[in-house]
Amino acid sequence: MTFLTTGLGAHIRSASIRGKVRGGENSARSVLFLIALWLCLFVAFGVLLTLIITTLIDGSSRLDSRLVTEYPASAPERAGLRPAILGSIWVIGVTAVMTIPLGVAAAVHLEEFADRKKWFNRAIELNVQNLAAVPSIVYGLLALGFLALLGVQNKNIVIGGALALGLLVLPVIIISTREALRAVPLEIRQGSLALGATPLQTVWRQTLPASVPGIATGAILGLSRALGEAAPLLVLGALVFVSFDPNGLLSGYTTMPIQIFNWTSRPQAEFHELASAGSILLLLILLAMNGLAIFIRNRYQQRW
Amino acid sequence: MTTNTRAASFTTGSDQKPTIHFPAEHAHRSSGLPAVPNAIIECKDVNVYYNAFRAVTGVDLAFGAKEITALIGPSGCGKSTLLRSLNRMNDLIDGARVEGSVTFQGEDIYHKEVDAIEVRRRIGMVFQKPNPFPKSIYDNIAYGPRVIGMKASNMDDLVEEALTRAALWTEVKDKLKQSAFGLSGGQQQRLCIARTIAVKPDVILMDEPCSSLDPIATSRIEDLMYELREDYTIIIVTHNMQQAARVADRTAFFTALASEETGDRTGLLVEYDLTKKIFESPADQRTEDYISGRFG
Amino acid sequence: MSTLTPVGGPALMPGRPAVSLRSTRPRHCETLVRLLLRLAAILTIIITVGILIALLVPSIEFFRTVPIFDFLFGDRWAPRFADASFGVLPLITATAWTSGIALLVAIPLGLGAAVFLSEYAKPGLRKVLKPVLEILAGIPTVVFGLFALQFVQATVFREWFELDTGAFSVLAAGLVMGVMIVPTIASISEDAMSAVPLSMRQGSAALGANRMQTTVRVVFPAALSGIIAAIVLGVSRAVGETMIVAIAAGGQARIVTGPLEQGQTMTGFIANAALGDSRVGSLEYDTLFAVGLLLFLVTLLFNFISIRFVRRFREIY
Repeated sequence: MTFLTTGLGAHIRSASIRGKVRGGENSARSVLFLIALWLCLFVAFGVLLTLIITTLIDGSSRLDSRLVTEYPASAPERAGLRPAILGSIWVIGVTAVMTIPLGVAAAVHLEEFADRKKWFNRAIELNVQNLAAVPSIVYGLLALGFLALLGVQNKNIVIGGALALGLLVLPVIIISTREALRAVPLEIRQGSLALGATPLQTVWRQTLPASVPGIATGAILGLSRALGEAAPLLVLGALVFVSFDPNGLLSGYTTMPIQIFNWTSRPQAEFHELASAGSILLLLILLAMNGLAIFIRNRYQQRW
Repeated sequence: MTTNTRAASFTTGSDQKPTIHFPAEHAHRSSGLPAVPNAIIECKDVNVYYNAFRAVTGVDLAFGAKEITALIGPSGCGKSTLLRSLNRMNDLIDGARVEGSVTFQGEDIYHKEVDAIEVRRRIGMVFQKPNPFPKSIYDNIAYGPRVIGMKASNMDDLVEEALTRAALWTEVKDKLKQSAFGLSGGQQQRLCIARTIAVKPDVILMDEPCSSLDPIATSRIEDLMYELREDYTIIIVTHNMQQAARVADRTAFFTALASEETGDRTGLLVEYDLTKKIFESPADQRTEDYISGRFG
Repeated sequence: MSTLTPVGGPALMPGRPAVSLRSTRPRHCETLVRLLLRLAAILTIIITVGILIALLVPSIEFFRTVPIFDFLFGDRWAPRFADASFGVLPLITATAWTSGIALLVAIPLGLGAAVFLSEYAKPGLRKVLKPVLEILAGIPTVVFGLFALQFVQATVFREWFELDTGAFSVLAAGLVMGVMIVPTIASISEDAMSAVPLSMRQGSAALGANRMQTTVRVVFPAALSGIIAAIVLGVSRAVGETMIVAIAAGGQARIVTGPLEQGQTMTGFIANAALGDSRVGSLEYDTLFAVGLLLFLVTLLFNFISIRFVRRFREIY
C-alpha cells in the first residue's frame, strides 16, 4: 500500500488536487471578496458622483453672475453670495496671517530644537495630535469664551471668526510643517553645521527654505478646510442677515458655508437652489485651492 | 611580536564601563613613536562613548600641521567616530560623550567655555557621500562665508578662489547659477571641498571622501588633497589602504575588539607612524596582517 | 601605552597667534529667536488648557443650578422653555443613532476601500483612486448636509421609497455622514496595511494561500492596531460632526427610537443655539458649554485611544 493512497496520504493527495479548485485565486470566495471590495469603492464613489450631479442639477439655474454680485435678500430672485465671498476671503486671509507664522514656528521648535527625550516635549507632541482631532465646534466655544473674557459684546466679527478657524487650523499646519521639515535629509543639516553655521542659521537658511513647498501645500490644505467650516462660526453668532461688505477686523461678516447653511434652513425651494449654486461655487474654489497645492507639491518639491 | 591578538577580550564591569584585558605579552606597546613636530591637534587618552557603549578606547595621537594623516583599519573600528570627535560633530548625536582631551593648537576643544560652532569653523569636514545644498553652485560656496560673517568685499572673487583651489573652476565657471545637483558625483565632492575651504579653516577632516566615487574621480580628489596640503592640515579616514599609502604622510592603524558578551566592537589604536614605516616595516603584527591582506 | 612627545602650548604654528575658540560674539539673537520658537510650541498647550477652562468655568456654573444626575440621565431636553429641563439623554440618543448608522456605513466601505487600495490595486489605479478619496475628504460638511436633506431625505426616502418619515431623519444624516467619514477610515487603515512588510505577504503566498486569504488572515491581523486606530478616529469624527446633523437630522430634541425619526444631536444643539449675543453668564449660555464639555470629553477619550493604537502600529514596524 503506497503512502499516497491510504489514510493521511490519501487525504493529502486529494486535498492538493481539490486545493487547486477551492483555494486558488479564482475560487468562489476569492471572487466574491474581490467583488465586495469593488462594491465598496463603487458605493463610495457613487455617492460622491451623485452628490456632485444632484447639486449641479439643482443649482445650475442660479449659476450666473448674480450669484457673485448680489447680496442676500428675502426674495430669492434677488439674492446672491457677494458678502459671503468677501467675508470668506477676509476671514481666511486673517486666519492665514495669524496661523501660518505661529504654526511654522511651533513646528520648527518641535522638530529642530526640542529635546525629544524630555517628557514635556513628548506631551506637546501628543497634545498637538489631540488638538487636530477635536470637533470643530469646540473651537467655536473656545473663541466664544475667550472673547467673552475680553469683554467683547458682539462676537460676530471678522477677528472672532479668524480666531476660531485659526485654532482649528493651527494643529494641521504644525503637523504638516513638521513632516516637511523631516523630509529634509540630515546630510544637509550636517553639511551646514560642519561649516560653522549655528543651528538656527542652519534652519533659517537651509532646512526651512528646502521645506517651503511642503509647508505651502500643508497650509493651503489647512486653509481650504477652514474655508468649508461653518460650525465654529455658528457658535459665534454668524447666522445673521448680512447684506454689506466686510470692511475691517471688527466688522460683521458672513462666509460661504454659513450663507449656504442659512439658505438651506429656509423652507422655500428657491433658496435650496441658491444653496446648491453656492455649494457648486464653494466646491470649485476648493478644487482650485487643492489643485494649487498639488501643483506646488509636484512642481517644487525637492526629490532628495 | 607575533602574539595572537584575537585573544584580547573585554568584559563589562558593574559600573558599565567595559574594561579591556590584553594578554600579558601585549601589555607593553611598541615604543619609538616618532615625535610629531608642529602637532596641531592632539588626542590624549580619548575614549568616545555612545551612552554606555564605548566606541573608541584610549587613543593617543598627534596630527602634524600641514600634513596628511590617514586613519585606516577594518570597518567598525571607530575611525569615523574619532574623526567626528575632532570637530565636535559627535555633539549632534544623542548620548555621545568624549572623555580624555582633544586639543587644537593647545586649547581643549571640549572645554565648557569653548563654542562648538567656532571649532567647526576652524576644523572643517567633508563627508562620505557628497552633500551639496539644494542651491546654486555659487550659493553653495558663498554659504559658509555668509553665515560666519566673513567680510568679503567681493564674494565673487572668494567663490572663484575656492573653486579654483578645489580644481573645479574651469568646469563650472559658466554655470555658477545652476543647481549643484546637476554635477557629477566627483564634481559634487570637489564642490563640498571647495565649500569647506571657502571659510578658510585650519584643518580639513575627510570621512572616506572617495568611497562613493569612481576611480577617476577618486584620483582627482587624491591629487587635490596633495595640493591642499600646502595650506591645510588634512586628516582622512579611508578604507582603501592604497589610498593611504599614496597620499598620507602619517598613518594610524585601528582595529576593533569585540565584546564576548554583546558582540559590540570597540575601536583601538594599534600603531601610528610615518606611512612609509607602517607599510614597509610595521611594528605590530596586527598591522602587518591588515596591510598584507590577511584580514580586513 | 607609549607616550607622545609633548609639543608645546598655544601658538604652535610659527608666526601664527593662537586664536581662542571661545565664542567671539555672544549669540543673543539666536537665544532670543529660539525662545520665541519655544513659546510658539508652548502655545499649543495653552490652547488645550484654554479649551478646558473655557468649557469648565461655565459648566461649573451650570452644574450649580442643574444637578449632574438630572443632566446626564434626564430624558427631557428643553433648556429654553419656561419649565426648563436639562436632561441630555435625548441629545445622546440622537448622537448615538447618527454615529452608529454612520459607522455601519463607514467601516465596511472604508476598510474595503483600504484593502483594495493596499492589496489589490495596481499602481495606475491607485493614482486615480487616492485623489478621488481626497476629494471626498475635502467636501465641506454643509454641502453634505444639503445633499442629505434634499436628495437623500426628500427625494430618495420620501419620493422614491415612500418611507414614512418627515422632513428630517437620523438615517439620512447618518448615511451621508458615514460616506463623509470613509476617507478618514480608509487612509489610516491603508497606511497601516501598507506598513505590513512585504515579506509577510510573500511568506503567506509561498505557503499556497491566495490573495484573499493572505489579506484576511495575515495582513489584516498584522495591521489591526492601525485599523482600530482608524475606526476609533472615525467614531470621534462622527460624534463631533455638526453641519450634516444640524441640517438633516432635525432640530427637535427628543428621544430617538428609530432611524426614520428626527432628533437633535449634541453638536446640533450647540449649533442651533447660536447664541453669540446671549447674556454671558446666563443659564442658556452656560448650557452650551455644559454640552460642549460632554462632547469634548467623549471625543477626547476616543482620540486618546486612537493615538495609542497608532503609536502601537508605528512601533511594530
